[in-house]
Amino acid sequence: MCLGIPGRVVETWRDHEILMGKVDFGGVLKRVCLEHVPQVQPGEYVLVHVGFALSQIDEAEAHKVFAFLEGMDQLDELAVNSAMGPDPDEGPAEGKAS
Amino acid sequence: MKFLDEYRDGATAQKLVRAIEQITTRPWTIMEVCGGQTHTIVKYGIDEMLPKGIELVHGPGCPVCVTSLEMIDRAHAIASKPGVIFCSFGDMLRVPGSRGDLLQLKSQGCDIRILYSPLDAVSIAAANPDRQVVFFAIGFETTSPPNAMAVAMAARRGLTNFSVLVSHVLVPPAMTAILAAPDNRVQAFLGPGHVCTVVGNSEYPPIARQFRVPIVITGFEPVDMLEGLLMAIRQLEEGRAEVENAYGRAVREEGNPASRALIDEIFEVCDRKWRGVGTIPQSGLRLRPKYHAFDAERRFDVETIETQESTVCISGDILRGVRKPQDCPAFATACTPHAPLGATMVSSEGACAAYYAYGRHLQATPVAVHLGV
Repeated sequence: MCLGIPGRVVETWRDHEILMGKVDFGGVLKRVCLEHVPQVQPGEYVLVHVGFALSQIDEAEAHKVFAFLEGMDQLDELAVNSAMGPDPDEGPAEGKAS
Repeated sequence: MKFLDEYRDGATAQKLVRAIEQITTRPWTIMEVCGGQTHTIVKYGIDEMLPKGIELVHGPGCPVCVTSLEMIDRAHAIASKPGVIFCSFGDMLRVPGSRGDLLQLKSQGCDIRILYSPLDAVSIAAANPDRQVVFFAIGFETTSPPNAMAVAMAARRGLTNFSVLVSHVLVPPAMTAILAAPDNRVQAFLGPGHVCTVVGNSEYPPIARQFRVPIVITGFEPVDMLEGLLMAIRQLEEGRAEVENAYGRAVREEGNPASRALIDEIFEVCDRKWRGVGTIPQSGLRLRPKYHAFDAERRFDVETIETQESTVCISGDILRGVRKPQDCPAFATACTPHAPLGATMVSSEGACAAYYAYGRHLQATPVAVHLGV
């Protein structure tokens, strides 16, 4: 019921003083009330519930989970490399506390 | 679709499952609040990907499910009146009341219309000045801005033939009721992402502190839910009980200030009866006196209706996370989505309906039931 679908704003206009817009959901266009996301510009994404935009999608926040997982991958690679011992081409490890 | 496909990616989900495996040392019981989240869990089998001992129990967050039988009967009574155009979200039409459902009324010739948005009901009212147009305004906080906007638009346009049958419910009082019960099993919550896009996160820190439970505001796609679970389990393992946001792309700390202001203008908090649970104090919204002219219950003077729920159905325990659908003797036998006995089977987002839709009733009987535990 609390379904929220992300869609791209195509155009905006006012209808009886209310900010409305055409929003593209993967090729399906719908008329959406944008009154509570007044800052939104065409090309930006909003989260829409029953024909009403609840919030604008924050693109920087959207990338965070993938950045976290990328960091995890790099940690895994480090773990695998250290399990194989020091790289012989680099010579003995130096400057480490012992 | 952007912001959907990447959150349904299997490889990304597997990485998160691995991260959860790495940090889990003990069994934990975690409740997802929303029916949409329940649906995702069962559809993608997220509960079956997790380490043994991590149990997901399903919360009360399906507004169609928890709309009281009395309210369904009121909708039925209003929709039966001559000259009324009764408008509703589609999933309310199949919910059985004690006098039948709205779909049956529609087949008998009553003018019942399924709408995508409550704002469409305002347009219908404007186009039909000689008819009474009623919208069935149900939902959680998520749906309250569009429903409030419909009332505000009707008021602004001076429409005298538009009204709403309001059955709004609020999430935090239900979470508190679950945690305060002596038989509560919930140790952490995946919080309601779309509710929080509207009202923000500020109501949750007092609950986290009072009951020592982590609350992670979570989205609805598989990757969102696994990220929420990872954050909740990390808190449990570290002995923390805080409010965290795993749905930052949609949820701001303060919610949507314009929506909050409009909700406050149109609605006020009231006690509300939840199907399967009973009355929870201060858990609903109703129209403020200033907008009583738009109240369908007042306009149509519907009498008080006494109703009787099934005595077999255990949906109240399922909505509180105390029991699972398979624990019910009627599940998938006497009670199915075509002939539901109670709250959790009446909508596709109810836990019982989701288990049924994805064939969980065809799996082996759980050990706990075998042993009669």
